[in-house]
Amino acid sequence: MSSRRPLYLPRRQVIRGLLATTAFGVTSKLWTGCSPAPTETQSSTGGGTASPVSGKPLVIGFIYNAPKADYGWNQAQASGAAAIASLPGIKIIEQESVPETKEVQEVMRNMIDQDGATVIVPTSFGYFDPHVLEVAKDYPEVQFFHSGTLWKEGMAKNVGSYFALVDEGQYLAGRIAAQASKAGKIGFVGAKPINPVLRNINSFMLGARSVKPNTKMQVIFTGDWSLPVKEAEATNSLADQGCDVIAVHVDSPKVVIETAEKRGVLCSGFHSDQSALAPKGYLTGTMYNWGTIHKKYVELLQAGKTLMNGGIPHQVIGGIAEDYISMATFGPGVTEAIKKDFDGTKAKLVDGSMVVYQGEVKDNAGAVKIPAGTAYKVTAPELTQIDWLAEGVAGKSS
Amino acid sequence: MALSRSNWRSTAEAICVPIAAILFALILFGIFCSFNGKDPFLVYEAIGKTAFGNWRSFQGTLLRAAPLMLTALCTALPARLGLMIIGNEGALVMGGIGATIFGLLLSYGSVLPTSTTTTLGLPPLMVQLGMALAGIVFGGVWIAIVGALRHYRAVNETISSLLMNYIAIALLNHLVEGPMKDPSSLNKPSSFPIPEIYLLGNLGGTRIHYGLLYGVIACTVAYFLIQHTTFGFAARTAGGNVKAARIAGLPVGKLTIIICFLAGSCAGLAGMVEVAAVQGQANASIVAGYGYSGILVAFVARYNPLAAALVAVLLGGIINSGGALQRSELLRMPDATVLVFQGLVFIVVLYSESLYGRLKIFKEPEVPATPPPTTTTTATV
Repeated sequence: MSSRRPLYLPRRQVIRGLLATTAFGVTSKLWTGCSPAPTETQSSTGGGTASPVSGKPLVIGFIYNAPKADYGWNQAQASGAAAIASLPGIKIIEQESVPETKEVQEVMRNMIDQDGATVIVPTSFGYFDPHVLEVAKDYPEVQFFHSGTLWKEGMAKNVGSYFALVDEGQYLAGRIAAQASKAGKIGFVGAKPINPVLRNINSFMLGARSVKPNTKMQVIFTGDWSLPVKEAEATNSLADQGCDVIAVHVDSPKVVIETAEKRGVLCSGFHSDQSALAPKGYLTGTMYNWGTIHKKYVELLQAGKTLMNGGIPHQVIGGIAEDYISMATFGPGVTEAIKKDFDGTKAKLVDGSMVVYQGEVKDNAGAVKIPAGTAYKVTAPELTQIDWLAEGVAGKSS
Repeated sequence: MALSRSNWRSTAEAICVPIAAILFALILFGIFCSFNGKDPFLVYEAIGKTAFGNWRSFQGTLLRAAPLMLTALCTALPARLGLMIIGNEGALVMGGIGATIFGLLLSYGSVLPTSTTTTLGLPPLMVQLGMALAGIVFGGVWIAIVGALRHYRAVNETISSLLMNYIAIALLNHLVEGPMKDPSSLNKPSSFPIPEIYLLGNLGGTRIHYGLLYGVIACTVAYFLIQHTTFGFAARTAGGNVKAARIAGLPVGKLTIIICFLAGSCAGLAGMVEVAAVQGQANASIVAGYGYSGILVAFVARYNPLAAALVAVLLGGIINSGGALQRSELLRMPDATVLVFQGLVFIVVLYSESLYGRLKIFKEPEVPATPPPTTTTTATV
């Protein structure tokens, strides 16, 4: 190797890289040049963004942070989109696997500028701050419906939150699980010990203990929303410890449900219907009915109402009474007797004569968290402060 | 090997091989698309138009390219020293953690400001500089540890850097869920947000943040450092033959650790940009895979820092076009489509490496002109 070679080699490499890149750019441009017609149609649809003129479809852009067929959170959101896709005057555009970075801001901008979307539905929790707020500033005429509870008074007028509270559904699922369980020991695979997951666990446990006060629960937190290997390990370990029902709260319950079925134990799903994954052991699970909320939004939007003119509320939150959640298909483990009990309890939850968080509720260290006589509806702000695990749950909340 | 500088054949080879590789990858991708019942030319058009079609969409390409330029250097620089480091993601995360800690310290004087804490009122430039330095140092030290393990304990740097990614991500999760958690971030554990006045803005009138500028500067500086300084020459010599370098008296250990530090500091800077220009706080969103994409960029660029900047733009364009393939009414392709394309480009470009020096048309005729007739016969055996 001569000492001159190093000086020479890089230039060659630079030219090489430069040309490779420009070559790609140029070839792409060539195709664009060859077909100017579609370019024009696209820019014309992109131009007429602002108002949903009659005759022009209302373009709604849905954004998911993982594949929409994940048997979980995203699938529930996508079926919400599917519920309004065939309505007259509606055009749905979707993009999946969009990370919570600048990427989602770009996707929102592209949907608005290129596809003429006037309504954006970003469905991942982490899209909101700063991404949705940032883009909403630049497009005051476009409405953003974010899945969560994050919109607060004083934030952008063209942003709104919609969310469904699952406590009642999980309470019912817990009741079913306790009745179907022979061992009286429930396993729970959770993502992180944060408020929504803790609420889910506690509701499930309160439901289970309402029929069988000696029910025990073992919780394993995997540490993140999507860790398939750890989820399978956790499920196996819970089955080894003698839990004969496994419940779950991770982004996609698929792995947990499939593993539980393989181990021959019962399971209770979440987010969407997983009954097809475990024909023998699946009991039920809380499902989101986003379609109910979206249909309402579409009705209001088509009547000319907007977030900006106050016609659409900025916070849309509800539970089982509003039909924002429902239960997944019952599996063979749910007997007629259990079904009857379910119908009765559900009716009480719907008409408000019964609530999930009815004092006295203790945490798993014995401290009274909700005093006797106090009852919290699912929308109560106190419930967002829950950072403890209910009595009978083995595990730590921090 | 010919050493003459006026060697146009090898220049032609250097230009033709990668172009042919990318064209070949495009053809393979086209075949893949037609198998899925999509018109490949429509797909090409959609990719080209969204990635490089006009200034508006090209901004999207550059925006995605910005972090890749910086993370690519984390693999490209040590590779010149003969080290294969893939700890880009970890260094990025560490840089993000460092930038957040120092960003909060410089704004509030504490990483856990209460509602009554007021900002210290330092000038934004100073806070940003502090954050950048913290990102550089945290990321740099992270990869320097890998270099030190390699030099002093002979630990395989590829494995250790890969595993350190998981440590860094676990540390980030621990910090944002524990010691640094903002109690109001219930559903998505995050650190306290850095005040908006201290965040990096966009380059005048565009959607592109300062990360792109950092990336271009870092790539240029790295290029000159490696190619046009004695330090770079020493590093490349050690990369060529570490024994020879030792015999020549080069401080291999020092070189290893310094290069590793520089490599990590680039990825750390990318983490700082993610915090200071995109997220405004530290949380799991900064683990977005930019580190792993950076490895790909470095490979395709053949470890040349300047080429890495260009390849990052190319890859940014491919990522940018992913959305159009999903949303286009005629295509409606699944999100994995661009990954298939990216993978094909990657494999074909890497394979094309083996073509250098093997294609007859690029061979120098000055080598003894007698055409060996036996080669053709043996070749068919």
